[in-house]
Amino acid sequence: MNTLRAKYADEIQAILAKYPPEHKRSAVMPLLYLAQREAGYVTAQAMAEIAEILDISITDVASVVGFYSLYYDQPHGRYHIQVCTDLPCALRGAEDFLKALCQALGIEVGQVTPDGLFTVEEVKCIGACHRAPVFQVQGDGEIVFHENQTVETALAVIEALRQKARQEKEGTA
Amino acid sequence: MSDYLILRHRAIPGLERLPVYLEQQGFAAFKKAVTELQPAQVIQMVKDSGLRGRGGAGFPTGLKWSFLPNDLWPHYVVANADESEPGTFKDREIMESNPFQFLEGLMIAAYAVQARVAYIYIRGEYWHIAKWLDQKIAELERAGLLGENLFGTDYSLRLYTHLGAGAYICGEETALLESLEGKIGQPRLRPPFPATAGLYNRPTVVNNVETLANVPLIVLHGPAWYHNYGTDKSPGTKVFSLSGCVNRPGNYELPFGVTFRELIFEHGGGVPEGRTLKAVMTAGASSVLIPMDESVLDTPLDYESLNKFGGSLGSASVIVLDDSVNMAWLTYKTVNFFKHESCGKCTPCREGTYWMNRLAERIARGQGEAREVELLYQVARQMQGKCLCALGEFSTLAVVSSIDRFRTDFEAVVTKEPVYG
Repeated sequence: MNTLRAKYADEIQAILAKYPPEHKRSAVMPLLYLAQREAGYVTAQAMAEIAEILDISITDVASVVGFYSLYYDQPHGRYHIQVCTDLPCALRGAEDFLKALCQALGIEVGQVTPDGLFTVEEVKCIGACHRAPVFQVQGDGEIVFHENQTVETALAVIEALRQKARQEKEGTA
Repeated sequence: MSDYLILRHRAIPGLERLPVYLEQQGFAAFKKAVTELQPAQVIQMVKDSGLRGRGGAGFPTGLKWSFLPNDLWPHYVVANADESEPGTFKDREIMESNPFQFLEGLMIAAYAVQARVAYIYIRGEYWHIAKWLDQKIAELERAGLLGENLFGTDYSLRLYTHLGAGAYICGEETALLESLEGKIGQPRLRPPFPATAGLYNRPTVVNNVETLANVPLIVLHGPAWYHNYGTDKSPGTKVFSLSGCVNRPGNYELPFGVTFRELIFEHGGGVPEGRTLKAVMTAGASSVLIPMDESVLDTPLDYESLNKFGGSLGSASVIVLDDSVNMAWLTYKTVNFFKHESCGKCTPCREGTYWMNRLAERIARGQGEAREVELLYQVARQMQGKCLCALGEFSTLAVVSSIDRFRTDFEAVVTKEPVYG
């Protein structure tokens, strides 16, 4: 049973409709985003299901997951806090910002916060060089930019997400 | 008309909304093209305008469109919205704030080469822009400006967004096409060029967002009008992304031929805290370092004038560097970027960026010996001219030019305190 296809039949159909039927492999990237939104990362089962939908091998799907940095094949924190420290951002203090943010959260770059919600990552240019320090939050199927940041404003963003997760948990409890 | 051709939203509030864009003669150019002009006439207009590609290479846009053979169908047009060069954030502003002008340009390009489907390949980090453009495209379909039998003709057109997922290399047009085909984004050997064998092995035009945003005005006002802006060989305006050690970073739309001095001091407000301007990179991380002095400051910024520094305008991502920046540290920052983004297909780039990164990191951390600076230089020189695509070549530019032009910065760190970590 292909659970992705069963659960998201309409959405998958809309994605496939963008590409010529004989080239449906083109849909692998949008389908991976769909699968990632579902589980927070791309599970082995999702890769197999996408391969089945597109008539390509699981290896073809896995190679795409491995190549592009916004796909994850392992569970992480629910939210990826992605801080750009590329040259233009570094010239505006992004390296110190990242260091101070990690210190405030009590983790190292690449680690997950103790509540399992946040992974802090150091990333390459995200196209917001004039508003550094900047980070994006990848999670819940979205990517949201936060620009002209200080450690204080960043912690406020993180706390708001934490509240949201807490309320969801209480709501379902 | 204001001085803005591309960032017109700064002069016209609400331009991102369709009714406002329509009031400003929006889609008049597209309608004129589809109902009054032959495709070849549109291509001729763009050729006569002298419009050159804004993504970095500066190739004449009309000429690019004219290369598509008329005996092989279907044709495709792909907008390259994979803006990923460090220091570049212009296409983002265009798509966020003046989306319809970009979409109209894409639609005219599609008509000019008789493509019935066009894709917008957007970098994954611009997730919100892809959603935004999807809404705009749906609006155009409802307004009868996109879809079947447009304006009662037999011309039909559909636009689709396609989201990338974090790979700088996909800004290279053949890697972009591979990615759009659902594969890993590795460049193709050229020739054949996309004009004859592009998306799905069919004739394809790939144009940058800013390039396309120029097209509606050229069709509406004519090529002669377009030559009122810029220089003889580089007509029009350019959106400069100004970043780094500068008081007012941001996008500045200025005519080609503007000088470094005007851009950095008049518009950008100069370097912070009374520090001294040291060097400039004009094409993001893919730049040589141009050392700055009073005479260099008066160099006009266009596609030709930077050649004498061994540089190029690229996408006009101007990163300003002042005297607080050590170039050994900068070299490490740039090669670390390219090492991360190398696609791994060709050996010189895959291995070269790996070793340059290791060497540059040791040097920047103050752990390198003087001979390692020579080795770094040699690795970069060995790579030049041997890589499959421009990424490998670009990765060497900051290395070679910084060691050539700022050797004392390296000498300072191989013998003194670390500048990194």
